[in-house]
Amino acid sequence: MNTEILGVILQWVALVALSYPLGRYIAKVYKGERTWLDFMTPVEQWIYKVCGIHPEEEMNWKQFLKALLTVNVFWFVWGMVLLVCQGWLPLNPDGNGGQSPDLAFNTTISFMVNCNLQHYSGESGLTYFTQLFVIMLFQFVTAACGMAALAGIMKALAAKTTKTIGNFWVFMIKSVTRILMPLSLLVGILLVINGTPMSFDGKQSIETLEGNEQVISQGPTAAIVSIKQLGTNGGGYFGTNSSHPLENPNAFTNILECWSILILPMAMVWAVGFYIRRRKLAAWIYGVMLFAFTVGVCVSIPQEMGGNPRIDDMGIAQDLGSMEGKEIRIGSGASAMWGMVTTVTSNGSVNSMHDSQTPLSGMLQMLNMQINCWFGGVGVGWMNYFAFLIIAVFISGLMVGRTPEFLGKKVEAREMKIATLVVLMHPLLILVGTGISAAVAAIHPEIGWLNNPSFHGLSEMLYEYTSAAANNGSGFEGLSDNTPFWNISTGIALIMGRYFPIVGQVAIAGLLASKKYVPESAGTLKTDTFTFSLMTFVVVIIVAALSFFPALALGPIADYLSL
Amino acid sequence: MKNLWISLKFTLVMCMVLTIGYVLILRLVAAVASPNDGEAPVVELNGKVVGAANVGQRFTSSIYFWGRPSAVDYNGGGSGGSNKGTNNPEYLADVEARIDTFLKAHPYLERKEVPAEMVTASGSGLDPDISPRGAEVQIRRVAEARGMTEDQVREIVENTIQKPWMGLFGTYRVNVLKLNVALDEAQK
Repeated sequence: MNTEILGVILQWVALVALSYPLGRYIAKVYKGERTWLDFMTPVEQWIYKVCGIHPEEEMNWKQFLKALLTVNVFWFVWGMVLLVCQGWLPLNPDGNGGQSPDLAFNTTISFMVNCNLQHYSGESGLTYFTQLFVIMLFQFVTAACGMAALAGIMKALAAKTTKTIGNFWVFMIKSVTRILMPLSLLVGILLVINGTPMSFDGKQSIETLEGNEQVISQGPTAAIVSIKQLGTNGGGYFGTNSSHPLENPNAFTNILECWSILILPMAMVWAVGFYIRRRKLAAWIYGVMLFAFTVGVCVSIPQEMGGNPRIDDMGIAQDLGSMEGKEIRIGSGASAMWGMVTTVTSNGSVNSMHDSQTPLSGMLQMLNMQINCWFGGVGVGWMNYFAFLIIAVFISGLMVGRTPEFLGKKVEAREMKIATLVVLMHPLLILVGTGISAAVAAIHPEIGWLNNPSFHGLSEMLYEYTSAAANNGSGFEGLSDNTPFWNISTGIALIMGRYFPIVGQVAIAGLLASKKYVPESAGTLKTDTFTFSLMTFVVVIIVAALSFFPALALGPIADYLSL
Repeated sequence: MKNLWISLKFTLVMCMVLTIGYVLILRLVAAVASPNDGEAPVVELNGKVVGAANVGQRFTSSIYFWGRPSAVDYNGGGSGGSNKGTNNPEYLADVEARIDTFLKAHPYLERKEVPAEMVTASGSGLDPDISPRGAEVQIRRVAEARGMTEDQVREIVENTIQKPWMGLFGTYRVNVLKLNVALDEAQK
C-alpha cells in the first residue's frame, strides 16, 4: 500500500487510541486525584506561595472570569512592551529590531488569545528573548487559560447545585505543570534528537557546494515547536512554520507534530466525560466530532494527491499530487491531513502553503474554522460545542414538547440568549470583516493586498478573517497582511472571537450550576443518544455552515468550478 | 487590584519555571543527544562544511543534481513559498516556463516525463529533497557532464534514496546536497 497513506492512517489511529487514557488522566488532574506526576506538588505549592494564591479559595463564576480577564489584560501590556523594545533586550545575536506598534499590537493580541496569527516572519521579526518570553510563554499560559476555563465549566456541570466553580489560578497552574509542560518536554526531546535546532547561537553562515554564501537561521526552535503544537497555538518559529525543514526535519517528526496538534483537544472531550461522569455523552460528542473531521480528511487527501488539473493539462507527470507549496519529505497526502487537523482545532500551524492547495481543500479548511467546534482549541473547542448543545437542547425540547433540560438543569431564556449571541458573533465577525476588505480592495485595486486574482483573491481575505475569528492563525499567506488595516482589523476580530465566547460559556455554566437540580425522569430529553447527536450535528451545519455558504460559493467553490 | 498583582507574580514565576524546567532541560538534551550540539546538522566534504543537511541550497551547475524551484531562492535566513493559487494565470505561465527550461537542460526527456515537483516551488523554499523520480530524470545529464557512466551515477543515487520512516510511513526521497557530495567524493 502507498506509504504516504499509511503514514496518515498511523496518525489517525494514534490519535484515537491515545486520547482516551489521556482524557482520563486530565480529569484526574482537575479533580485533584492521585496521579503519577504528584512529585510536582511541591513545585505547585511553591508557586501558590510566591504568587499569593490560596488554592482552597473557591470562586463563583463572576470572580472566576474577573481573574481570567485581568491576567489577560496584564499579558497584553507585557507582550506590547517586550515586542516593541526587543531590539534593546538580550538574547539577540542576529541584531533584529523592535516591532512597529501596530504589528506589536497584532502579535500580542494574536498570541494572547491563543491564535498565533503571524504578520511577521520569525527569522527577522523576533529575537530569541521574545521568542521565549513572549511567544513560548504565551503558548503555555494562554493554552492553560483555555483549559482552566473548561475546568471551571466541568466543575459547574458536575455539581448538583453550586455557587462556586473552583479556583481559576489553580486550574491554570496545574494545566501547565501536570499536562502541558510534561508533554511538551517529551515531544521536544524527540524533536531535538531528530535534528530540530535547540541552541542560542546566531545564524550559521555556510559556503555552499557551488561556492555561494548561505545564511541559515536557527535558535531555540524545539522549545517553541512542541508547545506550539500541543497548546493549539500554531505560531511557527520560522516564517513557514512546520514546512520549514529545520522545524520539521523528517517523516517521523511530521507524524509526531501532527499528532501533537489534535491529541489534547481530543482528550479534552473524554476528560469532560470522566469529570462529570457522563462517559456515554462524551462518547457521542466525540463520535460526532470524529465523524466530521474524518469526512474532511477523506475529501481533502484525494484532492491534493490527485494534483492540480491545470498542471495535468500541461502534459507533465504529476505522480506525487499537487506539490506547489509542499515538501517532498512530507508529501501531498500528509499535507492535506495536516490542513484538516490544524483547522478542526484552533492550531493554525501549517506544513504546506494553504494558499496553494486545491480549492476544495481550502474550502474545507475554512469550513472547519467557521464551524469551529470539531474538537477545537484546547479547552475552548468543547466549550464552543457546548453552546451548540444548549441550542440543540432548546430546539429539540420545543419540537417534542418537553422542558429543555441539560444534565439535570433547566435551560431557560437567559442561557439561550447568551448561547445564541455566542454562536452568531462568529459569522458576524467573519462576514463583515471580509465584506469591508473586499469593498476596499475593489474600490482601490492599486492597494496590492492580494497575491492571486479573482475568486482566489476573495478566498485569501475570507480565510484571514475566518482564521482570526476562530483564533486559528493559519492563513492564505499570499495576502500582504502586515499593514495597519489588517493588523488592527484582525486584532479586533481576534479579541472578540476569544473573549466573547469564553465569557458567554462560563456564564452559561455558572448560571446552570446555581439552578436547582432536577432528577432525570421519563419526561427528560435524553442527550446521550444517536438522535440527539444527529440533532446537534444538524444544528451546527444549519447555523454555521449555511451562514457561510454564499461567501464560500463566491470564493473556493467558484475557484474549483473554474479549474 | 489583587488579581493584577497575582498576574504579575504568576507571569514572572512562569518565565522562571519554564526556563529551568523546560528550556534548559531541552538545551541539555540537545548538547548530549542532538546531531550537532543543538545547531542545524551540517554536511562536510573533505573536512569542510558545505551546507546544512536539512536545508536545501541552490544548484545550477550541470555536474550537480538540481533541487526544486524556490520562491525565496534558497534564502536560509527567510523561508517562504510562492503562495500562488492553483488557478492563477501568472503562476501557470511560470510553471510553463520552468518546464521549457528543464527540457532544454535535459533534451533527452519527453514532456510527459518531466516530474511536476521539479517545476513547482516548495512550501518553505528550502526543500532539501527531490523525489527518486526527480533524480532519475537528471542522471543522464549529470553523467555526461562529469564523464561518468550512467550506471555509476545511478548506483550513487540509489544509495542516497531515503526510505519512509520504518520503511512504512511517509515518502521516498533523495537529499540533493548529500547526493552531490557523494558524487564529488566518488570522483575525487
